Amino acid sequence: MITSTAWIIITAILVATSCALVGTFLVLRKMSLMGDAIAHAVLPGIVIAFLLTASRNTFPMLIGAGLFGLLTVWLTEELSKKGRIFHDASMGIVFTTLFAIGVIMISLFAANVDIDQECVLYGEIAYVPWDLWVWRGTNMGPRPVWILGLVLVINVSFITLMYKELKTYSFSPQLAATLGLPVGLIHYGLMGTVSFTTIASFESVGAILVVALLIVPPATAYLLTDRLHRLLLLAVFFGITSAVGGYYMALWINSSIAGAIAVVNGLQFALVFLLAPKYGLLGKKLAGRRIRKSGPEMISHPEPNDVRKSLS
Amino acid sequence: MNEIEQTRNPTGNSSNPPLEVHDLTVAYDQKPVLWDIDFELPEGSLTAIIGPNGAGKSTLVKAAMGLIPASSGYTLIYGKPLDKQRHRVAYVPQRESVDWNFPISVMDVVLMGRYPHLRLFQRPGRDDRDVALAALKEMGMEPYHKRQISQLSGGQQQRVFLARALAQDASIYLMDEPLAGVDAATEDVIFQKLKELRDGGKTVVVVHHDLQSVPDNFDRAMLLNLRMIACGPVSEIFTDENLQKTYGGRLNILSQMIEESRQQRFVRESES
Repeated sequence: MITSTAWIIITAILVATSCALVGTFLVLRKMSLMGDAIAHAVLPGIVIAFLLTASRNTFPMLIGAGLFGLLTVWLTEELSKKGRIFHDASMGIVFTTLFAIGVIMISLFAANVDIDQECVLYGEIAYVPWDLWVWRGTNMGPRPVWILGLVLVINVSFITLMYKELKTYSFSPQLAATLGLPVGLIHYGLMGTVSFTTIASFESVGAILVVALLIVPPATAYLLTDRLHRLLLLAVFFGITSAVGGYYMALWINSSIAGAIAVVNGLQFALVFLLAPKYGLLGKKLAGRRIRKSGPEMISHPEPNDVRKSLS
Repeated sequence: MNEIEQTRNPTGNSSNPPLEVHDLTVAYDQKPVLWDIDFELPEGSLTAIIGPNGAGKSTLVKAAMGLIPASSGYTLIYGKPLDKQRHRVAYVPQRESVDWNFPISVMDVVLMGRYPHLRLFQRPGRDDRDVALAALKEMGMEPYHKRQISQLSGGQQQRVFLARALAQDASIYLMDEPLAGVDAATEDVIFQKLKELRDGGKTVVVVHHDLQSVPDNFDRAMLLNLRMIACGPVSEIFTDENLQKTYGGRLNILSQMIEESRQQRFVRESES
């Protein structure tokens, strides 16, 4: 039998891995906060799914939330394209409005039932082992583990299959378009996986801390490598180590697990930011000193003609 | 399907020009920035798009490639709509338009030129790598193929962009300011390569900022200032009158520059 500790850690690892994979592309596209926006804006979708099915069944909620995730992305883009509004402002307008609509819907139609706003915002991974999926009388184990496992499979397949498309699109959407790559499919595919990932991670880490797992591990990894595939692997590594480290830190100081995971994320980033050999503060300082000591020929190796041009 | 079309008709349909743009108008916030542009370009030509700042040179290339919405107009590639023919058009964006800190190598960027030849989900193979390496070699960038792109000088970055376009093995090349801010050696390499492409029967269009170097390096030009002032062989359309219309009051300095370059060429020719 798998212990409840193991279930919690498995859940945290699944969330962290899924988030790190799609988060990497969000960070590279300079759309990090889109995850935050989606995480909030899906609330009406969850409520509508709940009202329609009159149950807390996860799959209708995933679909409702997924649709609202894509709606958020689409509305954000249309507003900034068609109107005189910056992209980030447009995102702020769309997601706060949708979230507010969700809040009002809960208080109007579902006040006396069990959709807990606090649970949506903060999540509670410690309950995962008791949220069991019983299928034809057989106990299949915790439901969130199945859902998060499915999301991870979707994310891994999406990124493996569309790797060259995603790489080109994150490098330059314009270039991707002129190469005839299906930019719409790439963009909405990515946003779709971000939506699913965010929603599936809700119950365990909550809407706010999921943003930490989407952004911080990829941003940490970005300071350590110059290659996309290594960036993805390193982001997953930081995600998983923060998940496991966060769990034990929470046990040790007797606090919220999700909170501890995000704090470990932050600590990892701080360490790498200071110590990374090439792009960390220390690395940059050492490189600067080395250059000053050895003279200008160490800076790089410009071709003679580059020098000629810069002198003229 | 595209391959079949190409084998049946290796240089495209002779009755249809490689690139035609018709009736193209672009407006930002109801203010037109390009007005009723209409042109056709022949196979094996090297055209410079020139005009003052804000004349709409980049806008023209982007709108022709469908990268920004146009109020009206359409682009035909060998008589067919652009969407089915994208693989035959290699576009080189302005160097500043991409994130040079992006975590990829020089080789990765050049390999992107092979993607139009691959199916969805298909990864580039050994053949594609060979093509990419050959393209880098042509631009003198082969030794740098493993470098991260931020570790290149401006001229080297531009050469990598051109290698990417070469790897695409297209029929039409649209380049947005490929010579902006590059070193003298890179300028020579690029001009040489543009001429080679033209001589190989390709149709090359270059947004260019340096009026003075047009007569020596291009055979056709488009003079642009929101409208098309003139489009045709350089020897025919490079007249004081057309340049006056394109550049307005700044003509005097410019005609002097051209006069100077003519004299320099004359001196060089008489010396040799």
